[in-house]
Amino acid sequence: MEEVKLQKPPKKYMNPYLAGVLLGIVILLSFYFTREGLGASGAFKRGVAKVEQVIIPSHLDSEDSAFHHYVTGGKDPLKNRLVYMIVGVFIGGFLSGAINRRLKLKLEHSPKITSRKRAIAALIGGALFGIGSAFGRGCTSGAGLDGMAVLATSGFVVVAMIFGVGYAAAWFFRKLWI
Amino acid sequence: MGPLFTATDEWSFVIALVIGIAFGFILESAGFSSSRKLAGVFYGYDFVVLQVFFTAAITAAIGLLFFEYFGWLDLSAIWINKFYIGSAILGGGIMGIGFIIGGFCPGTSACASAVGKIDAMLFLGGFIVGVILFDAFFPFYKGFYKANNMGGALIYEDLGMGKYTFLLLFVIVALASFIATAYIQKRVSKKSEKY
Repeated sequence: MEEVKLQKPPKKYMNPYLAGVLLGIVILLSFYFTREGLGASGAFKRGVAKVEQVIIPSHLDSEDSAFHHYVTGGKDPLKNRLVYMIVGVFIGGFLSGAINRRLKLKLEHSPKITSRKRAIAALIGGALFGIGSAFGRGCTSGAGLDGMAVLATSGFVVVAMIFGVGYAAAWFFRKLWI
Repeated sequence: MGPLFTATDEWSFVIALVIGIAFGFILESAGFSSSRKLAGVFYGYDFVVLQVFFTAAITAAIGLLFFEYFGWLDLSAIWINKFYIGSAILGGGIMGIGFIIGGFCPGTSACASAVGKIDAMLFLGGFIVGVILFDAFFPFYKGFYKANNMGGALIYEDLGMGKYTFLLLFVIVALASFIATAYIQKRVSKKSEKY
């Protein structure tokens, strides 16, 4: 235990409003330079499409695939800015974690639940998010944040649904968190 | 006048990488690499999600209108996500449940994975499974997915108000929510947990 105490503690988090302004400027610059905003889910969808293209190309070539448009005209699903962006997110997150002394392999969970329960919840929550962001044509960043920035109806509707349903369901899942 | 590049331009790839680095760095710095911190928004003990999210949206929205006003950016040329009524509502709802159970969204789970959070890596694994499932059963709901396409609908037009009026209202609502949540957070997190 003494060894742990000798290490410097992680630095404090950035002020949320400062972080918000900086993130807003990043979104603005993204639109200015590349015509589009941020996105996270798109890269994973394209990764899945790439694997499908290799193992079951006939599926992706047919209209039965939701990702058909990623490959029309012989396109490579991974040749897209969102793929580069997610690589950047991993790098940026790692850099901030390194600078702020937060790099640590751990499964974070409320002390009231087991690691196993948290692991299962993370998997299920992730799977639901995968399905939801496919229907929503983007996730919290691509559909929500970008959508609100450009004052798109889709963005406000998706954000209202994410948080509205989240609050409505919070009571049922409170034991996972508090 | 912007946008300077199209999304398929190779320069956009380089710029997207740099923007991604900034995006991930800011998310991690603000504490978005912790699922317990993120989930706090639903239980009143930590509203950082709401504070960062709405501040970013307002900053970008105001910035875009200024860029347009100064003639730096052609807003009619930027990408507006299309609004498919049913699909957007259902998708948002499923994401809400996914968020409360999983504690992350895709962007935050990527950034949390990068600092070693195993729960974030599992969330990402689940996310990929969800995407595969969606594609596997796509023919069943393809009609629903593509129904009621409102195109790149804009919220202020749908509400029948001017762009600047809406933005002003948006800013006021956001500021009110910051004040209200600061008050709630102070009352709820008396126990002041550390995570």
